[in-house]
Amino acid sequence: MARVKIDNYAVADAPRLGVRGWLRWIWRQVTSMRIALILLLLLALAAIPGSVLPQWPQQPGETKAFIDNNAVIGPVLDKLGFLDVFGSAWFTAIYVLLFASLIGCIVPRAIAHYKAMRAPVPAVPSSFARYEPSGREETDVDAATAIERARKELRPRAGWLGALTGYRIRVDERVVRDGAATTSDGKERRELAMTADMGHIRELGNLIFHISLVFVLIAVGAGTLLTYRGQAIIVEGRTFTNAAVAYDTFSHGSGFDPADLQPFTVKLDGLDAVFEDNGRPKEFTAHVTLQEPGKDATQKDVQVNRPLQVDGAKMYLQGNGYAPVFTYTDGDGNVAFQGPVVFLPQDQVYTSTGVVKVPDVTSGEQIGLKGTLLPTEVTKPGGSVSIHPDPGNPVIYFTAYTGDLGLDDGVPQNAYQLDESQLSPVRGDDGQPFVFGITLGDTVTLPDGLGTISFDALPRFAAMDLRADPSLPWLLAASISMLVGLAISLFATRRRIWLVAPMDTPTTVVEAAALAPSHDGGVEAALDRALAATSGRVPDADEEDE
Amino acid sequence: MNDLQQLSAMALWGACVLYAIAMVAYAIRLSRVAELKGAAAAASKGAESQATVSVGTSHTKEGAASAVADAQPTGGKAGASKPKATTASAAIGDQKATKALGIARAATLVGAVLHTVGVTARGIEAEHVPWSTMYEYTISGSLVAVVVFLLVQRKRDITYMGAGVTGLATIALGLGLTVLYQDATGLQPALQSFWLVIHVSIATIATGIFGVGFIATALQLMRDYRDSEPKVVSNRFLKVFHDPGVRVIKGKTFRFLEAVPTPKKLEALAFRLNAVGFVLWTFTVMAGAIWAEHAWGRYWGWDPKEIWSFVIWVIYAAYLHARTTQGWAGRRSAWVSIVGFAAIIMNFTVVNLVFQGLHSYAKA
Repeated sequence: MARVKIDNYAVADAPRLGVRGWLRWIWRQVTSMRIALILLLLLALAAIPGSVLPQWPQQPGETKAFIDNNAVIGPVLDKLGFLDVFGSAWFTAIYVLLFASLIGCIVPRAIAHYKAMRAPVPAVPSSFARYEPSGREETDVDAATAIERARKELRPRAGWLGALTGYRIRVDERVVRDGAATTSDGKERRELAMTADMGHIRELGNLIFHISLVFVLIAVGAGTLLTYRGQAIIVEGRTFTNAAVAYDTFSHGSGFDPADLQPFTVKLDGLDAVFEDNGRPKEFTAHVTLQEPGKDATQKDVQVNRPLQVDGAKMYLQGNGYAPVFTYTDGDGNVAFQGPVVFLPQDQVYTSTGVVKVPDVTSGEQIGLKGTLLPTEVTKPGGSVSIHPDPGNPVIYFTAYTGDLGLDDGVPQNAYQLDESQLSPVRGDDGQPFVFGITLGDTVTLPDGLGTISFDALPRFAAMDLRADPSLPWLLAASISMLVGLAISLFATRRRIWLVAPMDTPTTVVEAAALAPSHDGGVEAALDRALAATSGRVPDADEEDE
Repeated sequence: MNDLQQLSAMALWGACVLYAIAMVAYAIRLSRVAELKGAAAAASKGAESQATVSVGTSHTKEGAASAVADAQPTGGKAGASKPKATTASAAIGDQKATKALGIARAATLVGAVLHTVGVTARGIEAEHVPWSTMYEYTISGSLVAVVVFLLVQRKRDITYMGAGVTGLATIALGLGLTVLYQDATGLQPALQSFWLVIHVSIATIATGIFGVGFIATALQLMRDYRDSEPKVVSNRFLKVFHDPGVRVIKGKTFRFLEAVPTPKKLEALAFRLNAVGFVLWTFTVMAGAIWAEHAWGRYWGWDPKEIWSFVIWVIYAAYLHARTTQGWAGRRSAWVSIVGFAAIIMNFTVVNLVFQGLHSYAKA
């Protein structure tokens, strides 16, 4: 097989780049500003589908429905990663390339800047003719004093801090450059020349910003490894014990061992839910008793914006609702079920749905009840609705089923849904499915000798979210240094001011000039301050910077 | 309807009307100054062709200089920089420009005062900071834009941007009062945090600053296209279709562009504004992440609002890079920042109203 040519020159005998040459070329391309720019624009573009299409990590239910409803395009989009944009190969590729470009750009620049900071400040140019603004000042002190005064004015603080925040200064004694080098009697004319240089901090800020960005990415990556998160529902009066199995859902990064969870307990003493008259939520507060092993129990309040701090993690109040307490007595007169059942709110007025599953009846088939809770029930022409989330007139409408609940198959089941495949509705005397309403404190007898159900109490539940991410302080630190670096790199002024004072003259005439970008409105004032300092004059009214 | 509510609505309607008046006055002033400049340029051409520099001419030069300076009490650079000659018509134009500018400034100032009263009254009525819903965000954000304009105006003459800023504020207030208006309500539990004060206020300020930067960039691009020569197309048929935008912008309608500074100066101004906006936006995103961590238990979850805040941040970052990239500085980088502002508007409108996400309380 012929050797594969990876380059293609018009002139056959021209020297080849070779593999190393090509790699170098590719690296140079990747680290060029143009490619960084294109990658940035691509990154912005690539993120947009994540807001338009449903995403697996954020909305698994809707994403599945989207695929089901779009038989052709749905699976294609799923395959191409459009339904999990931020975990997709192409999105990852863009930001990995971008960070490669960033590092490739920032490392040489950091080295260059380090050298530039160590290099001496450039000397004063020979002639000020080309520079604007410029100025001159007569003073009766000698050149050394004049220059020293200007130095003090421009850089009041010595040491590295002064160099970092203000001007770097260089003073030379040299032969007069601008004008005759000797006097009429042949003596050499000498002068003191001072450079005040400011603005190297701009590049420093730029570097800090970009390096911090890398640390932000590292912190985020470390966070996904070390994080853990669990969701639990706690009913008023009940206690939750912290363990991976106790959570309804629990997920963790590969760097965390669930066995490390501390077995603290949280008892929900009460949940205050305050609503306005129109049903808008006003305030949610969960009163809990926290018991950490080896410590005294403490009472805490958890609110939406005030999580509970425990065991290096935070427990958030993420939701709430009702968990009505039922007692089911079967046809044989035995209590087959007693306890709270979590009903999930479906709307703003807490119309909630839930199911009661009774597998352990003494005889006969298992019982399942599908219910809808209306906290403040009002009968309207179209049927019953709830008009307020508070329990003003709580009524639960049930449909009863008998048969096999499917709990014994070993397949995990959704606790909030009834698997109706092996169930049949209980029918009333009229042959229609038996639907009944039950008010708080009531007991209803089911037809066909299926027993009775009573609605005993209506406590609330709190949906708690436990989350720990040990990378957070690092992430915050990296973000703050990023912000600081950014501000410095955009707002620091780049400016150079020169002063030249001839030595051994009867009156010293200090010449000065400055070099600054055209938008630097403060340079003239700074120049005037330096000049005024040499003679002790009060500087002209400072023009505002900018 | 209680008194505060009425006061707020009336003050904001008043501000809206005054901004509209100011916009028209600023536009008139701009076109007059452009006319003056055109006349001055024509006159100076004539003078040069005669090649005579007499004492009389220099007199008229001074006269023109003082006349134009009168027209711009702030020391406007637009007309005063090159006073060449004067004509009778220019003098009339001067008076009209002066009058228009006076009206524009008074209307903007009084409008801003009313605007402030309206926003403050809304805040007192609602008993929380006036930026928790789309309506409140709109009235506060537009107030920031006007205030930024007035503040920058104190330091340098940007009268030429007056029409754009007051126009933007008129549209924002009008839309806010008619389409987005909602009665004040208490804060939802998720919003009961001091981060609402920090996160959203900085976002509002950043939006206002980006808005003024956007106007500077838009003017920069328009002026740039007006100054440039369209490509010469020899084909008779293709000629008709070629560069219609350039044709329009070189036409009479856009003569006011003669009165705005050069693209280079506008670019420098836009950069300074966008740089401030970018730093504030970075802070907004960071503060938002901290708040999200407090309220929702995660600092970043790619919620639609978070996605678009990220997109905006990346676009403006691209803009800052483009400015210093060969081949991208100037027009292209300006277009990138225009896209960035479009994304901000998108984030505020479509993302709030159409996309489902955790930030959806913004519309309610």
